Amino acid sequence: MSTVQYETVIGLEVHVELHTKSKIFCGCSTEFGAPPNTHTCPVCLGHPGVLPVLNRQAVEYAIKAAMALNCQIADISHFDRKNYFYPDSPKAYQISQAARPIGEHGWIDIEVGGKTKRIGITRLHLEEDAGKLTHTGAFGSLVDFNRVGTPLVEIVSEPEISSPEEARAYLEKMRAIMQYCEVSDVKMEEGSLRCDANISIRPQGQKEFGIRAELKNMNSFRGVQRGLEYEEIRQAEILDEGGVVVQETRRWDEAKGQTFSMRGKEEAHDYRYFPDPDLVSVEIGADWKERIRASIPELPDARRARYSADYGLPAYDAQVITSSKPLADLFEESLKHTDDAKSVSNWIMGELLGHLNTSGLELGAVPITGQSLGELVGLIGKGTVSSKIAKTVFKEMLQSGKRPQQIVEEQGLVQISDEGAIKAIVTEVVAANPQSVEDYRAGKDKAIGFLVGQVMKQSKGKANPGLVNKLLTELLKG
Amino acid sequence: MKITVEQVEHVAKLARLNVQDDEKEMFAEQLSAILQYAEKLNELDTDNVEPTTHVLPLHSVMREDNVRESLPIERVLQNAPEDEDGQFRVPAVLE
Repeated sequence: MSTVQYETVIGLEVHVELHTKSKIFCGCSTEFGAPPNTHTCPVCLGHPGVLPVLNRQAVEYAIKAAMALNCQIADISHFDRKNYFYPDSPKAYQISQAARPIGEHGWIDIEVGGKTKRIGITRLHLEEDAGKLTHTGAFGSLVDFNRVGTPLVEIVSEPEISSPEEARAYLEKMRAIMQYCEVSDVKMEEGSLRCDANISIRPQGQKEFGIRAELKNMNSFRGVQRGLEYEEIRQAEILDEGGVVVQETRRWDEAKGQTFSMRGKEEAHDYRYFPDPDLVSVEIGADWKERIRASIPELPDARRARYSADYGLPAYDAQVITSSKPLADLFEESLKHTDDAKSVSNWIMGELLGHLNTSGLELGAVPITGQSLGELVGLIGKGTVSSKIAKTVFKEMLQSGKRPQQIVEEQGLVQISDEGAIKAIVTEVVAANPQSVEDYRAGKDKAIGFLVGQVMKQSKGKANPGLVNKLLTELLKG
Repeated sequence: MKITVEQVEHVAKLARLNVQDDEKEMFAEQLSAILQYAEKLNELDTDNVEPTTHVLPLHSVMREDNVRESLPIERVLQNAPEDEDGQFRVPAVLE
């Protein structure tokens, strides 16, 4: 075991694909999943003599994203060529931004362990995505250039992230902000949100940074956290043994749960940036900035604060619900049909998220609407159904998308709140279970639970549990 | 500024150029001469001059976000030395 205490320093580079209809420098479609190379043209294939023309929408999305991350927006921005040879880049350079990015000096707040921490954003710049390589073993690799030219923003954080958990929280907040801004689909599994990390460790109290490794290929939020956790331990073991961490790029292998050195990518990063002569600079005037700023909707932090203040939601509930825009929208839509915000939140955090997690489905893939969820909570509030029966109703809603009232009527699930009817069952159960009655009267309070269960069973779960308890207690005590 | 043989080798490697040993000295000299010529510009005082990225009197040339037709796949692959299943085949790239 380590005797030295280390602290971790992490900086993240997040790439977000902007969901424009066409590519950043040509009119090819950016649609995901088309047959290989069918969304390509001489411009994105890098044929000689072609000229790129900048997509205005891509610039607007990038400015919007930078504003949402509290960046200062450049007055004049321009594109540079980043030169490197790799088969995923047909021009042998990537059009990117070095000297004058769209935005700089931003920040976001993350919440970890109940505390808020501000993480600096160094810069946000606009660039084109590369193609997709499929490795087919020793005989060659196949290249699909459909993705070449999809507009990307690269967001670089300051090295202010101190743990893998914070890294995950940062990434989740980043996704939420981009989703609220509606600049990207932010789907990690489709690659529209990607993350590389620089991680180093140093003995606690040391000022200088340790030697860092760059981590790639972390394809999920969990993967980012696990990859960084693995790397923390790997580096600590090297330092404990008196060794030196090698500065290199390492690849996270999700299946093996390990990182591996990526030889062949170790070549000096010498990109020889220079201004792209084919693209003139972009002036971002005050009017344009103002117009874009006015289009930024309420962001996750503001919604979270509002949910706590207006609906009295606990901080944790508010954070979970606002972490995804569709979830937050569902929550608000539900409240048009019921006033009971805390119950709606409980249903979302319990049954709904539980179902999405086990089934692996997206919210959009289940037929639950704000209206149906709000109505269900209303039915429970009115005593039409018990909470227990409501779970059955909810399962049916997930399957059929029917309104809760309809399900309750069709399946005869209305709660029995008629005292006479319940009393009849209670009397019957008491008569049939003299032992439990005796136990209860002898002071074993728990015996009543069994009797309640028997009544519920006889009523097929429909008896109002509050009334059952009340009537049973009266009868037993009387 | 004097360009060394090592710098010639480095730049040639980055550009994937196969430079012969006997050419390296020559290129070092030629490149040094070019830089020396450009160094004359250093005599000017540019303290209050914004860096120029383009000489064209234009800025903010942009297009609207409209999709246009892409190339038919046979045209896309027309000049590919090798292709397979609609994709370009390239020498194996190590991961």
